[in-house]
Amino acid sequence: MSNLDFSLALFGTSLLAGFLGAMTGLGGGVVIVPALCLLFKVDLHYALGASLVSVIATSSGAAAAYVREGYSNIRIGMFLEVATTLGALLGAYLTAKVSGNWIGVIFGVVLLYSAYTSLRQGHAKPADHPPDPLAVRLNLRGSYPVDGHKEAYVAEHVPAAFGIMFGAGALSGLLGIGSGAVKVLAMDQAMKLPFKVSTTTSNFMIGVTAAASAGIYLSRGYILPGLAMPVMLGVLVGSLVGSRFLAGAKVRTIRWAFVAVVVALGIEMIYNGATGRL
Amino acid sequence: MANNNQPSASPASNPDQRLEGAMGRMLQIGVTIAALVVLAGGILYLEQSPGPRPDYHAFHGAPAGLITVHGILAGLGRLDAASIIAFGILLLIATPICRVVFGVVGFALLKDKFYAAVSALVLTILLYSFFARR
Repeated sequence: MSNLDFSLALFGTSLLAGFLGAMTGLGGGVVIVPALCLLFKVDLHYALGASLVSVIATSSGAAAAYVREGYSNIRIGMFLEVATTLGALLGAYLTAKVSGNWIGVIFGVVLLYSAYTSLRQGHAKPADHPPDPLAVRLNLRGSYPVDGHKEAYVAEHVPAAFGIMFGAGALSGLLGIGSGAVKVLAMDQAMKLPFKVSTTTSNFMIGVTAAASAGIYLSRGYILPGLAMPVMLGVLVGSLVGSRFLAGAKVRTIRWAFVAVVVALGIEMIYNGATGRL
Repeated sequence: MANNNQPSASPASNPDQRLEGAMGRMLQIGVTIAALVVLAGGILYLEQSPGPRPDYHAFHGAPAGLITVHGILAGLGRLDAASIIAFGILLLIATPICRVVFGVVGFALLKDKFYAAVSALVLTILLYSFFARR
């Protein structure tokens, strides 16, 4: 295969991953690493580098649309970024210490978890009790638009959410992904924030978290320009187009199909890791 | 840190949302410039490297000139295609870091000392990850 054909194949695959990832809310990053390793026979660490770069591009690229909606909370985001960036330092440090096969197994488990969360419909409802004094002191609250008026919310379980965010950052640094599913877990399930606030705030945090690992990836030589170029451009364009197709009847079918792909890739990553092929 | 969140305020008059809007525009401009630089470097790269696909199966690490900011800037001066792509990637990484700088300045302007300090802490962690030698 010529270099041009190879780059075009990478671009096309990344375009599709970005499109489906944005449309289903799973993020394109989760399928880039398995696609590069399993389909294109790329070394795991090079795949992590290309994926991490595309994750930063997607997060920043989606920002404009999210800001317009007015759901994201910059204070909650910035506060939790202390945890995610520290976690990302640990995760990126561990990529050189943990064997590729173990990274593959962990990756597979995260893929399966992401697939599970994308299908779970019920979201946590805020309990009817006085607001968490710690959240009030840290000003972890805000309001969001509901049917034309603003509804106020206050975060709950702040220490637990901070801990989960450290874990989300570590997974992001270890696996070269945005780990949006774990970030939403901390904000939706632990802090009990409105779902739209969780997902949009998570999007902003993904870029900052990934930037904390990117310096380490770069200095370790994980980021190959020739490989990262088609992947980053493909995922970016795909996700910008995909985010315009969020609603609609056909989305349900496509979501199920994409989730099936994610599950298959997750099982294959676990299998390849467990049998020492990564 | 107690001068925000008036539920009745309209979006345009809410200083928090103005800060958020400025951050969003900055991210959009940053990612656009970065993508154009990567695209330009990519076209040059494909023109200069027409051979068979590189073998990425075994890990050797990126070339020494592409793993430091200094090396990438030096390659940029020679108009080396891989260095141009790498420079675009550096711009891309700088974009969310810039957003945190906006946070430090923005919260300071809003007289929210606590969140200006939180933003400064995140910025310190990011700069540490970039410039600490391992």
